[in-house]
Amino acid sequence: MSQRVLVIGAGPAGTRCAIRAAAQGAQVTLCGAEAALPYDRVALSSLLAGEKTLPDLIPHDLRGLHAQGVAFRPATPVVALDRAAGAAVTARGERIAYDRAVIATGSRAIRLPVPGADLPGVLTYRTLDDVRAMLRAARGGGAAVVVGGGLLGLEAAAGLAQRGMKVTVLHPVEWPMERQLDAGAGGLLTRRMGQRGIRFAMPAQLAAIEGEGRVTGVVLADGKRLPASIVVMAVGIRPDTALAAASGLATGRGIQVDAAMRSNDPAILAIGECAELEGRTIGLVAPALEQAEIAAATLSGQSAHYAPRADAAALKVSGTAVWSAGEIAGEGVTLRDEEEDRYRRLFLREDRLVGAVLYGDVSDSGFYLNLIASGRRIGRHAAALALGPAYAQELA
Amino acid sequence: MDGSLIPTTCPYCGVGCGVLATPGGVVRGDPAHPANRGRLCSKGAALGETTGLEGRLLHPMVNGKRASWEAALDAAAEGFRRALAQHGPEGVALYVSGQLLTEDYYAANKFTKGFLGTGNIDSNSRLCMASAVAGHRRAFGEDLVPGVYEDLEQADLLVLVGSNLAWCHPVLHQRVLAAKALRPQMRLVVVDPRRTASCEAADLHLALRPGSDVALFAGLLVHLGRAGFTIPDALRQELDVPALTGLEPAQLATFHHWFTGTERVVTLWSQGTNQSSSGTDKANAIINCHLATGRIGRPGMGPFSVTGQPNAMGGREVGALANMLAGHLDAEKPEEVAALRDFWQAPNLATKPGLKAVELFRAAEEGRIGAMWVMATNPAVSLPDSAQVRRALARIPTLILSDCHAGSDTAEHAQILLPALGWGEKDGTVTNSERVISRQRGFLPAPGEAKPDWWIIAQVAQRLGWGEHFAWPNAAAIFREHAAVTELARPAPRVFDLGGLADLSDAEYEALAPTQWPVPRPGSGIGAARGGRITPPLQRLVPTPFRPPSHQGDMILLTGRLRDQWHTMTRTGRVPRLMQHAHEPVLTVNPADAAGLTEGGLVRVASEWGEAVLRLALDPATPRNACFAPMHWTDQLAPRARINTAVTPATDPISGQPELKHTPVTLTPFAVRWHGFVLARRALGTQLADWCTVAPAAEGVTRHELAGQDAAPFERLAQALGEGPPTIALHAEATGEHRAAWLRDGQLIAAIFLGPDHALPPREWLISLFAEARIGSAARHALLAGMLPDGPPPSPTLCACHGVSAATIRAAIEAGAGDVTAIGAATCAGTGCGSCKPELAALLAMAPA
Repeated sequence: MSQRVLVIGAGPAGTRCAIRAAAQGAQVTLCGAEAALPYDRVALSSLLAGEKTLPDLIPHDLRGLHAQGVAFRPATPVVALDRAAGAAVTARGERIAYDRAVIATGSRAIRLPVPGADLPGVLTYRTLDDVRAMLRAARGGGAAVVVGGGLLGLEAAAGLAQRGMKVTVLHPVEWPMERQLDAGAGGLLTRRMGQRGIRFAMPAQLAAIEGEGRVTGVVLADGKRLPASIVVMAVGIRPDTALAAASGLATGRGIQVDAAMRSNDPAILAIGECAELEGRTIGLVAPALEQAEIAAATLSGQSAHYAPRADAAALKVSGTAVWSAGEIAGEGVTLRDEEEDRYRRLFLREDRLVGAVLYGDVSDSGFYLNLIASGRRIGRHAAALALGPAYAQELA
Repeated sequence: MDGSLIPTTCPYCGVGCGVLATPGGVVRGDPAHPANRGRLCSKGAALGETTGLEGRLLHPMVNGKRASWEAALDAAAEGFRRALAQHGPEGVALYVSGQLLTEDYYAANKFTKGFLGTGNIDSNSRLCMASAVAGHRRAFGEDLVPGVYEDLEQADLLVLVGSNLAWCHPVLHQRVLAAKALRPQMRLVVVDPRRTASCEAADLHLALRPGSDVALFAGLLVHLGRAGFTIPDALRQELDVPALTGLEPAQLATFHHWFTGTERVVTLWSQGTNQSSSGTDKANAIINCHLATGRIGRPGMGPFSVTGQPNAMGGREVGALANMLAGHLDAEKPEEVAALRDFWQAPNLATKPGLKAVELFRAAEEGRIGAMWVMATNPAVSLPDSAQVRRALARIPTLILSDCHAGSDTAEHAQILLPALGWGEKDGTVTNSERVISRQRGFLPAPGEAKPDWWIIAQVAQRLGWGEHFAWPNAAAIFREHAAVTELARPAPRVFDLGGLADLSDAEYEALAPTQWPVPRPGSGIGAARGGRITPPLQRLVPTPFRPPSHQGDMILLTGRLRDQWHTMTRTGRVPRLMQHAHEPVLTVNPADAAGLTEGGLVRVASEWGEAVLRLALDPATPRNACFAPMHWTDQLAPRARINTAVTPATDPISGQPELKHTPVTLTPFAVRWHGFVLARRALGTQLADWCTVAPAAEGVTRHELAGQDAAPFERLAQALGEGPPTIALHAEATGEHRAAWLRDGQLIAAIFLGPDHALPPREWLISLFAEARIGSAARHALLAGMLPDGPPPSPTLCACHGVSAATIRAAIEAGAGDVTAIGAATCAGTGCGSCKPELAALLAMAPA
């Protein structure tokens, strides 16, 4: 009899792992907490902006999953693991037996604990339901406040602006996406989004959300008030380790796993945003999918190891390609083209490339990622490096 | 001849080429002129590009404010009046120029010696050929150049001494090369410490130690004596010539053998000989060899001094030097002085020699000069120890400058600026190095309020009460008066005679064809025959005891000219294609003497008198223990690179000519934090950085080469540029690299490149981008890289006429071009003015066989 594999969480990582494990002959059950079919979470911003419709976000329908050997259970949150018995317990009390379990519960959006945070009209931006709520709110037009100028916040802001709302982004740092972008690229992005009617309050702290029965505005730490018919909290995510912790698995920031994606219970694996390897969690889809592949290999008895790579983030923010990798701080090289709205920043330490931000033109990202990964010496004329491999041929 | 072409004469070197010009700026060689028969050099060919009014002085200025002619002339006269009252005639002076026309020169000399009553008129010719004049006068009793240019072609042996003829008198050099091509047995010997472009065609290069020329020719004279020529015992110097000159005995033997055995020998010399503390002795040491062998005044023979300036000879003829009188009249001969005093009706005629250039500026620094009038020259740059000269200029209570150009280094010190006509506007005559008098004709309207120099002089004279003596209606009248002076106190053995021209009508003067002096009055029966070669009536061998240069050292600074530049670059420095050959000041050093210095970096050239900072180039053609710097750079273009700041003020005891080619110096790196360049659509001045040079790079593009010691230059330079934030910018904080470009409507309008050392991208390709209609997206990274990713490496332009690079020429040689003609056929290089031919020959010589 083939191995029973239970994948908990039907996000991109969980779905990928389920399909791979099934292809390898396992008997796979995929439990999703949401009612929807597995959907492309990364594309939610396109749905919000009206660039895509819901069917575009769903790569596999139920029949397709079955055809690939995956038994999909929507709206089936798993609340406990009976590790001794090898069974998962669902919210409805159902037990699902497994030989191996893969936890892919992802993250939860953080909600700032400010007064009024639980008023109707205060949303997070994580799930399909969140997007539906935002779309409903946007129908009436009016003002929106997005709290958090990270990638998700900016995408929410761009989508809501696209839907006709007057959007203000609150961000605690001087420029948005400070983890991926330096001040220069952040400034360009701010300017570009400003051209689309999105305003920024930076640096600014949210003090409270106001409203009688429903959101009507926000109050900033400096006392300034902004009207808002919805408030979207996009202040970050927290790996969802609740199930693992409750089940006695080792957790830190995420569920602690080895390079084969196994938790301290070898029968249980964890992948994606909820997993923590060597003290680090991930936040992007590409490494999550790679972890899914590694986990599937581990399940089938192959020896596979996930090697954390330089953090490269290739993003599309409000129509602008942005790519960043490595450490985004310190001395470096800046290349800026005001007319073409292109920007590059390379971060150097001890004659080596340690990080890079590309904005507008990301065509040379592979070159920089290789240089960051290889740690090759740059030589004395660092400036030419920012012009791309054609001008730094000895490094290309 | 096309009636719209006006025949005139080139204003650059002493060859005195005829050119045909139109007001539209077309300039080509005059096929009818005997000096050049239609040829022009790179500088002459670009004359049409120098007649624009940019930088011109167009109206009088007094104390920094625009003034009327009346007010300015009154102020000048008042300055002289005050100085005469306070100091007497010894306290006033004129410092004039070989750029003046003979008529202007005559007026200046008459004004000074005849009416101010002082000998204090000296000329920048003092820097050029005063030693040749003194040598001539010692040998011939008169300043005579016996030969004619044809002698250079007819000689079987041509010896160039201290002459880079290829660069400094290119048309003569081409005549020599053409003759040598027809008669390959003709031999060319170059005597020069440096291996110059003139050496490319030489059969023998005697790279003697700087300052040892007298030993070489005194040794030759001894050898000639041994070979049977009659040499006075007093002139037989027992010298260790190989030790003094550093030449191999075998080389000397070859030279002696050739010279002794060749009847038709011309020894041509120039500034390398004259600009020396033994310049006069050098001239006489050369002349001695010709007098001892009788090789003078006959075809293909003679000592031949060529002058650097277009009208140095005219200045000598009118006597506008402190130790001359007028028209070759001799201040030592009372009857000649009296004749001139009567002719000029000038009872105050100065009979004592005045102060020569270096002495004059020393007197000025000591406060002994109350008024000085500088005409058409730039002593703040061109005199040695120029810090001293600037102190002197600053001390003169009334400093008057007549000039075409508004912004010369000297102008910064003058209280009164008087706008003079320039080339193409003024009208008169010049005399070239073979005594041919040619007309310079105006073909352009007088710009602004500019006036002829003679008119300005006459106006000041009038205000001082001497108007009737200066009441000429035109230049022709002055010329007639000058010609008449040469007839005074006859009969006399003086060869210089223009009596035959003293009665020219205005129309005849206007139409005067190139005329070689002497031109005695027909039927006068005196003097030599008309024109042609001169056999000096008096021929004296002069003892020339060898003296080493006045200052010694381990590293000797030589100065000189560049191929495509003229003097202080007020004209040639405005022509982009002339700036390509040498766009910034460079010091050339032998690689073996460059320990501790970086090629391409900046080097400080320091002497007892001052210092200059130049870009360092290494060149094995520069002799050991010597370095070479061009003399041209000024405050207007490269304030830290004025080489004369470091040059010794030592002079020749007889001629007073400064020793511009022998200064002991030390070379040390000039430490800076950054190097850079700015390309812009306008000149941003020379104060952008501690070291800054400005040069036109292309039509409407100015190149600034920079180096500095300040910490954060980029923002400062961007601000000086004044175009707002850059369109594209590349900054690397850690390495101090900053590159930025400004685009407007897709066109490149400026670029700033800064880096921690001199290794910056080549400028030529970037400069070419300024002509592009649009810089596309793909080109933007290339723009900041300063190169195309797969582009050819940049290469210097060698042929200024056709803009051909060294790389293109090398490629033609590799493809089989075996001589200069074949290179010309393949690339056009060398087919314009031909000035680059020696450099083409050098590339051919370097190519593997």
